[in-house]
Amino acid sequence: MSGGGTLAAAAPARVGRASRGRWGLAAEGLFWAAWPAAYLAFPDYLPLLSQVAIAALFALSLDLLVGYAGVVTLGQAAFFGLGAYTAGLLAVHGWGEPLSGLLLAAAAAALLGLVTAPLVLRGGDLAGLMVTLGLGLMLYEAANKAAPVTGGADGLQGVEIWPVLGLWRFDLFGRTAFLYSLAVLVLLFLLARLVVSSPFGLALRGIRANARRMHALGTPVRARLVAAYVLAGAYAGAAGALLAQTTQFVSLDVLAFQRSAEGLLMLVLGGLGRLYGGLLGAAAFVVAHQVLSEMTPQFWQFWIGAALVVLAIAGRGGLLGLLAAGRARLLARRGGGGA
Amino acid sequence: MTAPAALETRGLTRRFGGFAAVDGVSLALAPGSRHALIGPNGAGKTTLVNLLTGAIRPGAGAVLLEGRDVTALPQHLRVKRGLARTFQINQLFPDLAPIEAVTLALAEREGLTARWWRPVRAHRALAEEAAALLARLRFAPAEMAAPTRDLAYGRQRLLEIALALALKPRVLLLDEPAAGVPPEESREVLEAVAALPRAVTVLLIEHDMDLVFRFAERITVLAQGRVLAEGTPEAVARDPRVREVYLGEAAAHA
Repeated sequence: MSGGGTLAAAAPARVGRASRGRWGLAAEGLFWAAWPAAYLAFPDYLPLLSQVAIAALFALSLDLLVGYAGVVTLGQAAFFGLGAYTAGLLAVHGWGEPLSGLLLAAAAAALLGLVTAPLVLRGGDLAGLMVTLGLGLMLYEAANKAAPVTGGADGLQGVEIWPVLGLWRFDLFGRTAFLYSLAVLVLLFLLARLVVSSPFGLALRGIRANARRMHALGTPVRARLVAAYVLAGAYAGAAGALLAQTTQFVSLDVLAFQRSAEGLLMLVLGGLGRLYGGLLGAAAFVVAHQVLSEMTPQFWQFWIGAALVVLAIAGRGGLLGLLAAGRARLLARRGGGGA
Repeated sequence: MTAPAALETRGLTRRFGGFAAVDGVSLALAPGSRHALIGPNGAGKTTLVNLLTGAIRPGAGAVLLEGRDVTALPQHLRVKRGLARTFQINQLFPDLAPIEAVTLALAEREGLTARWWRPVRAHRALAEEAAALLARLRFAPAEMAAPTRDLAYGRQRLLEIALALALKPRVLLLDEPAAGVPPEESREVLEAVAALPRAVTVLLIEHDMDLVFRFAERITVLAQGRVLAEGTPEAVARDPRVREVYLGEAAAHA
């Protein structure tokens, strides 16, 4: 019965941990089906939906770094902003092709990651956190001072983006912007899913759980963390480029500390280390922001804060944790003695 | 010349402030030998292990692995040269199942943890080898797939050993493998230690004299950072200095 064959057959399914249950598949299907549904149902809110997709990509970048590799950061906006300015400046100076602009922006952000990684990863957790904070502030002020290049506090004007693949021009209603953002999000999500299920992704989880053991297994821990930091930087850079390209404008707040903090908030809101957590948290955050700030323009952050406190206490693991708990309760009530 | 020692130290010294935790220690482990390192608390065993693995650097002296000087190598590169260890206090991955943890160790041994373009589950051979290794240590399939945090302590100690064995080491440092294991679970741990492949050179760092005298062919006694005595178990047991410094203390505690 339990020969080597059955063991081997049972084992690999667990290793990938892609949670391929019926529930998981249904939830995934539902999540992605919601995007075209929202596109059809809320044609007046397409710019908002683009914001959701961009925020989701930013939260995804944070999940790769914080949720998987366990490196905490308060300066992810540095990569987002660099990506936004790279794509924006390329377009201002005559290269408005969106896809190559996006790739170059991601590459620039990755390069920034490669250069700053030794600083961020050298000390302890708290020292690293302070370095990310400091680098973020430095980049913000540098962009502010470099007004002749970046437009400074007035923002970068005159960003003109060519049609996507030469076919779809960015329209006034934000249709192309939304579909382009969604397509980039889907592609980069699939790539992220592949990465976290790979041996590299497993090693990152190992480092997050127990770096000491990873050293003893022979893993060059520092090199793996640098790779994760660079990858997360590239993702954030791509998100920033999307914002610049779809709004055809870059303002200083792409580099603001607020953005770094909100990204973390979205991730924690949704649930760390599961990829979907960041996406869900971003959607919840942006929509809640919109709804609450229409209701109480001065007071909306109070409710975001309240939601965060409740989630942190009641549902460890964010919205995804809450969903999982609800599912478990439902199954228990329905099944009783069932398998 | 005979084959070089599997693991050797020459005049290894490490000070913390003015205190010499390890003071001119020279050791040589013959290939395939079963060697135990004992000594009272504070004798410098932990520091010596950290020097051997490369977790810390010596102030003076050298560490040689199969005749090659590895003193300047960081820990992970010594592992790649065949030196593995277990920890006195579990260093595991609480959220990972044993099968995942061992697969991770195997992936590292095969140099795959930089690869991001194929899912782990596509590397079928790894999971098969991991399952076989765990089965050899008497893990039931359900135990292999449950989160490590849910395992009994004795099983976690076995997983400690499994992670080191997965690396196919030529030299293995076992740091108190049965520490804290309740008696009813300790037999499996001791069996696993006894069943280690003969080709592997083993250095056992241990408090439990039963285990030491049952397992070791040679014993080094460390006291106050220095080698106090070295020899066969019988010779060490008879050595009056050892009885005074170490066994005397152990007897007093018992």
